[in-house]
Amino acid sequence: MATEVRRDVVVLEARAERAEGGWGPAVRAASLAGVVAAWELAARLGGIPSVFLPPPTAVAAELLGMATGGELWRSLQASLVRIVLGFLVGTGVGVVVGTLAAVSPLAEAVVDPLIAATYPIPKIALLPLLVLWLGIGEASKVAVIAIGAFFPVAVGAMAGIRGTDPQLVRAAVSLGASPFQVVTKVRLPAALPVMFAGFRLAAGMSLLLVVSAEMIAAAEGIGFTILHAGDLMQTPKLLAAIVVLSALGVLSTWGLQALERRVVRGRAH
Amino acid sequence: MQVRFESVHKTYRRRDGIEVPALAGVDLAVASSEFVSLVGPSGCGKSTLLLIAAGLIPPSSGRVVFEGDAGGRPRTAVVFQEFALFPWRTVLDNVAFGLEVRGVGRAERLERAAALVRQVGLSGFESRYPYELSGGMRQRVGIARALCVDPAVLLMDEPLSALDAQTRQLLQEDILRLWEATRKTVLYVTHNIQEAVFLSDRVVVMSRRPGRVREVLPVPFPRPRTEALLADPEFGRFCHRIWSSLKEEARAALEETHGDGSPA
Repeated sequence: MATEVRRDVVVLEARAERAEGGWGPAVRAASLAGVVAAWELAARLGGIPSVFLPPPTAVAAELLGMATGGELWRSLQASLVRIVLGFLVGTGVGVVVGTLAAVSPLAEAVVDPLIAATYPIPKIALLPLLVLWLGIGEASKVAVIAIGAFFPVAVGAMAGIRGTDPQLVRAAVSLGASPFQVVTKVRLPAALPVMFAGFRLAAGMSLLLVVSAEMIAAAEGIGFTILHAGDLMQTPKLLAAIVVLSALGVLSTWGLQALERRVVRGRAH
Repeated sequence: MQVRFESVHKTYRRRDGIEVPALAGVDLAVASSEFVSLVGPSGCGKSTLLLIAAGLIPPSSGRVVFEGDAGGRPRTAVVFQEFALFPWRTVLDNVAFGLEVRGVGRAERLERAAALVRQVGLSGFESRYPYELSGGMRQRVGIARALCVDPAVLLMDEPLSALDAQTRQLLQEDILRLWEATRKTVLYVTHNIQEAVFLSDRVVVMSRRPGRVREVLPVPFPRPRTEALLADPEFGRFCHRIWSSLKEEARAALEETHGDGSPA
């Protein structure tokens, strides 16, 4: 009687592997350029009135005019002063309050319910109240930005410091670190990456709030320029100001990334 | 400096309020310049005992007595299983940390740290960050960091458990060499019997949880020891003798784990 023997043979052979890393910078640049070109064509050939959709070249010309005429720098300066002051005050207080709440149970019990109750408020809703308290001038606008920048940083500092690897704290204590040194030499450096996530959110929040505040109560600034140009149906100027905002957002992200690379050491970036 | 554990108990309170005994009366004396290893089934509380000696957690009752002149040196320093290096500090700054928090000036502490980095064989890696090092190199940094404060007693909590077998073997010899050079009082926690025998003057076998001292065995092999000892049949027999003592505890601990579903 014959025994049937079944043999399966599987051979894995050499084959070309697709290089990893996806599509290169050419496609990325083409994506942006393609949209701008399509917009230009639609505006020029599509019969869309310029007041609704001026071509990118018109927007660029307007931007150039605003730059040479000085209007761009005046509104940029007005907005930047508000952003920088508000961001610095808000994030500074945020780091201090977040750190205290993370290391002191008493501070946490005091601060936690206040943050939980006020975090959900859209910060721009506080502007009329701040104007009432601080006047229509710079202080109220800086204050609303500071409040907006405060929360993500305070929450980030708290989470980062509480999340410090307890083994690192043990190691520091066993080597003789005081409770204060544990905070300054272990918990704060360990929390920096999470804090930087808070800084990035705070930067975005600052940009959002400066524009909103300037639309409500200001005589200059990028937000004012956008609102004013809209009222006068100066669409190229309106779009030029939006381009400036986009550049501000990108630059602040790059700046914070560069700072993070310098400050946060010892990790593979 | 000698260390004496006197009837040390430790009970943890779990989150649901149930009290779990970890140590049930440990009595043990470690003489000055003696290398003593603690072996025992997992969860027997040997690491807890080490953390109590380090002053990182208090005993529930009983006490730990340090006797002898520390000469102004810190009592203890700990080498951790998972290294616990500060990721944002370079090798040199990790090793210098203990001196830094004790207020030693920058030039002096960096000089002493550099000497220890050399001693553990990491010359040339002073300005690397931990993430750039292999596991074995990281633990060399951990050992150098603990030795840098020149503690009277060195506490090592499963320092080689996170390393692969070959690296472990190499570091065992390094630890032996460092100990023979410094003759520090060492309390060494491990679950590896060969490692304990190879390194120690005495091996303490602990019972399963709640831990207490089951047996203390003086290691009969003379120093200085070399790798050749590992191939000695007497070495194998002695290790087996310890394993026999440990085995029933380990099996019972394993079965208890299965019994109530909670980790031992």
